[in-house]
Amino acid sequence: MVKEEVRSLEIYETGPTLTFSMGPQHPGTGHFRMIITVVGDIVVRCDPDPGFVHRGEEKLCEYKTWITNIPHLERPAILDSAGLVYPYVLAVERLMGVEPPERAKYLRVIMAELQRICSHLYWLGLMGVFAGHATMYMWCFGDREYLVDLTQLIGGQRITHSYFVPGGVRNDAPSKVPTELVKDFRRYYRMMLGKDYPGGEVPEDFRKYVLAVCDFFDTRLDEYYPMLLDSPIFIYRTKGVGVLKREDAISLGVVGPVLRGSGVKSDTRIDEPYDAYPYIKFNVPVMDGCDSYSRMMVGYYEMKESVKIIKQAVEQMPEGPVKLKQHPITIKVPAGEVFASAEAARGQCSFYIRSDGTDRPYRVKICSPSFRNLTAMPYLIRDVRIADIPIIYWSLNYWPVECDR
Amino acid sequence: MSSDLEKTLVKLIDDLKKKFGDKILEVNLEPKKVVKVLVAPECVKEVAQHLKSEWKMDYIKGVTGVDLSRLPGNAREELEVIYHVGSLSSEVLKSVTLSLSTKVSISNPVISSLTSVWRGAEMHEREAYEMLGIRFEGHPDLRRLLLPEFWSDKPPLRKDYIPPGRER
Repeated sequence: MVKEEVRSLEIYETGPTLTFSMGPQHPGTGHFRMIITVVGDIVVRCDPDPGFVHRGEEKLCEYKTWITNIPHLERPAILDSAGLVYPYVLAVERLMGVEPPERAKYLRVIMAELQRICSHLYWLGLMGVFAGHATMYMWCFGDREYLVDLTQLIGGQRITHSYFVPGGVRNDAPSKVPTELVKDFRRYYRMMLGKDYPGGEVPEDFRKYVLAVCDFFDTRLDEYYPMLLDSPIFIYRTKGVGVLKREDAISLGVVGPVLRGSGVKSDTRIDEPYDAYPYIKFNVPVMDGCDSYSRMMVGYYEMKESVKIIKQAVEQMPEGPVKLKQHPITIKVPAGEVFASAEAARGQCSFYIRSDGTDRPYRVKICSPSFRNLTAMPYLIRDVRIADIPIIYWSLNYWPVECDR
Repeated sequence: MSSDLEKTLVKLIDDLKKKFGDKILEVNLEPKKVVKVLVAPECVKEVAQHLKSEWKMDYIKGVTGVDLSRLPGNAREELEVIYHVGSLSSEVLKSVTLSLSTKVSISNPVISSLTSVWRGAEMHEREAYEMLGIRFEGHPDLRRLLLPEFWSDKPPLRKDYIPPGRER
């Protein structure tokens, strides 16, 4: 007969503190792990441990040509693929000393802003889930569909479209929208707003259709506000949680809505204007609450500004060519180094590129916004309750793949 | 580029040259592409502190490195360590990223950590440490960040590391 051995369970005898892993299988963190040390349920230490999706993007860039780098460079943040490729394309153009045609500049801006809204809707929806508000998730994802359709209409693909190329964009926007899509949009409009599209028919003309979708989405955004952002439960769970003071935000080098939620007015689109942004009027939302609520509010108002930008860009867009010439797969880029930034959805995304004059880059460094916001995480997730971790984590809009590259 | 910015940058470079003399090895002023100051490795920290206190360069954007050993025409057994810094307090310098760089030998790549100057450099330096093998002296917690624990090979962004399947 086998003698049963009773072993003591040492995991509980850890003294005053307990250390455990949160993630990478935790539904609230994605492919990301935090090693959390707690006393009771108060966090005393957070040690972020990224790298679960690291695939060596930067090394891969050294093996692919300047053009074939574009499709895989948008993989780190597929929700915001335009934002991540934008600085790469700007950097290559600056090295080559070329400038895209006027129409391409506007098309790029429209695409980048559409993807910013798509990414922010994802953020708002998931924040809703983790604040215990699943309806927000349904609404965001339902409305997002029509904006994704718009990117498909322009770029040919729903999410990763490789639309930007050095010297312009890959193809022009269509002049006419498919009838099916217009019908579908009209049905959705009636379902969501409880009335028919004003004036009866939704226009099939591209310009007018984009304006119609923008107007619809703006109305929907107004409905989001009382739904989530003004809800007492959401305010109670986010106000004063994860406070990042102004000075700390600057010294930690955070970017995007996290930086602007801490009261710093900084936006690459304004500070280092590129493409068509100098010709477009928009505001940069800044909140000085420095907490999770402020960050969400910045994200919310940024969507409103993006709608404004798209409307202006569509109306101002001139006719003409959309790229300089058909690029061969192997372009040669003059030797040199360049540092270029663009405002992606999660914040400033920069590329440092060193070229040696051949058909592929010598070194590519991606300063992705999530990586720069990662620095703030151990400082924010400290002296809070375990239940607040998902709220702080999602208020940072952290995207593990973008950080790991 | 506005002339204000041009003047400020020229002033900044002059100031650095006056203060650090021949420790400033090379200067590149092309705001469209890159604004670069190459300094000797032993005085990186002083230059950084000077930039932060005198020129309000308070915002770190990234730390990276380049393996120069396979650069055609100018191959050297050296690593270039680059700090990309900007400013949020100075209105004029807001649109510029300064590349503060230095060169260290590949066999002994050691420079002093700048986490005491820019707190946000912590994770960036950890990444540069594991990807290029640069050791930052005085870093509070110099550990691997992205690569798995079992990784014991060469730093993957060095040119002598060939990823599996990429041998030519």
